Amino acid sequence: MNIEIEELAKEFGTTRALHPVSLSIPSGALVALLGPSGSGKTTLLRILGGLEFPTSGRVLFGGQDATGLSVQERRAGFVFQSYALFKHMTVFENIAYGLRARKRHERPAEAEIGRRVNKLLDLIQLPDIGTRYPNQLSGGQRQRVALARALAIEPRMLLLDEPFGALDAKVRKELRQGLREIHDRTGLTTVFVTHDQEEAMELADLVVVMSMGRIEQVGKPAEIRAKPATDFVRSFTAA
Amino acid sequence: MSDIALTPPVPVTTEPVLIRSLLIGLSLVFVALFLFAPLVTVFVEALRQGWGATVDALRLPDAQAAIRMTLTIAAIAVPINAVFGIAAAWAITKFDFRGKAFLITLIDLPFSVSPVVAGLMLVLLFGANSTLGGWLIANGMPIVFAFPGIVLATLFVTFPFVARELIPVMIEQGRAEEEAALTLGASGWRTFFTVTLPNIRWALLYGVLLCNARAMGEFGAVAVVSGKIRGETATMPTMVEMFYNEYLSVAAFTLAAVLAMLALLTLLLKSLLEWRHADLLAATRRH
Repeated sequence: MNIEIEELAKEFGTTRALHPVSLSIPSGALVALLGPSGSGKTTLLRILGGLEFPTSGRVLFGGQDATGLSVQERRAGFVFQSYALFKHMTVFENIAYGLRARKRHERPAEAEIGRRVNKLLDLIQLPDIGTRYPNQLSGGQRQRVALARALAIEPRMLLLDEPFGALDAKVRKELRQGLREIHDRTGLTTVFVTHDQEEAMELADLVVVMSMGRIEQVGKPAEIRAKPATDFVRSFTAA
Repeated sequence: MSDIALTPPVPVTTEPVLIRSLLIGLSLVFVALFLFAPLVTVFVEALRQGWGATVDALRLPDAQAAIRMTLTIAAIAVPINAVFGIAAAWAITKFDFRGKAFLITLIDLPFSVSPVVAGLMLVLLFGANSTLGGWLIANGMPIVFAFPGIVLATLFVTFPFVARELIPVMIEQGRAEEEAALTLGASGWRTFFTVTLPNIRWALLYGVLLCNARAMGEFGAVAVVSGKIRGETATMPTMVEMFYNEYLSVAAFTLAAVLAMLALLTLLLKSLLEWRHADLLAATRRH
């Protein structure tokens, strides 16, 4: 599903987190929102997910206005920076949460829920951890569980906030590959936020460089490397 | 303590034996002198004239009315304050709004205002001499020197307990888990019952137990508002005082002992729950 962002702006009190920005994300793309902290990238992601609402502007999902849609209606799979797994639930219950939260007539039977959760555990290559609690997992495992939980709701898109931020370099490389594979297999339009230009360049089809609440440049990694549009992009991607 | 001492390599935080025993001894003496001895005295005094006298004291209609009154008040005030405490803590920790600092100060007000003053405020607000109080009495709903007044006074003095326990826990937990539940399609209520409530249940339990202890034990505010009418508005603490002033010391201490036992019971309940859910507590409390 393609995403259109039209003149989107966000103010928190008197501070402007986002100047009016426009962006179009093609269906099935893997997009990185790249920028330093305070660049507005997380705000933009949270607006897409329905966790914040814009001060002005519109968001279109698959050509339909989604600006006023509630967070539940968006059906966006969201992976949080520190994963936000439910500490008091097992991995199985975490992943099943979104299915069990559905309205009665849309809710799959318990056996079907079990089948789907196990399929997702296979997808993230952790088939045997269903009975464990989040605090019994490594950082990399938690991240993958968070991804499985987001995928369980059969989302229309996947949104990830610094998905590799809290991990060490080796695990980060592995999980990058993992995200790429899951993206390619599901074909979901995927947007992730990062401050790591190497990560953005290596993983994304399309990189959106942001600074101070503005979009500086949008392009394929190679284009941004070859032709940085502004001094900021040049210095930030050279770092 | 003991397993620290038993570990062969001496931890850097260990003090010399002399200082350690001095500190431990000091705390033990303090606890024994100021906490344990008075508690024991209450029970000793209650039983001074034998079990018969104690049981007779419990049979006094005034004593039974006071026990009933205190339990009823606690049964009403504690759930109300649990709900309002959760609501206040929720509002303060999950939303940003103008006047938040003021609200936090306001929640602490019952802690800083003397209970007697709190009682007096209610008398002035709802008493026969105020417009509101006059109207309520004229319409057959007296507040002061009646049951509703005692509930109000108890609600006032016990308001901060639940909120105060919850606020730090909820601040520490942040909003991420709730946001995650919402993105997964859960409604606000579902998020509250399946994510927020399980995360705060221990803090909530402590808050409720403290609130309950205070609700049953409150003297000052209730004494002023209730008028201490025997068999009608006297609660256990106020009845204890009245018995004591009338030199009915066995009756006074018996009732005091029942009150103390109710408090000990809540503590026991808390310990029992902690012990029963120790592994779960360890698994879910921190990462």
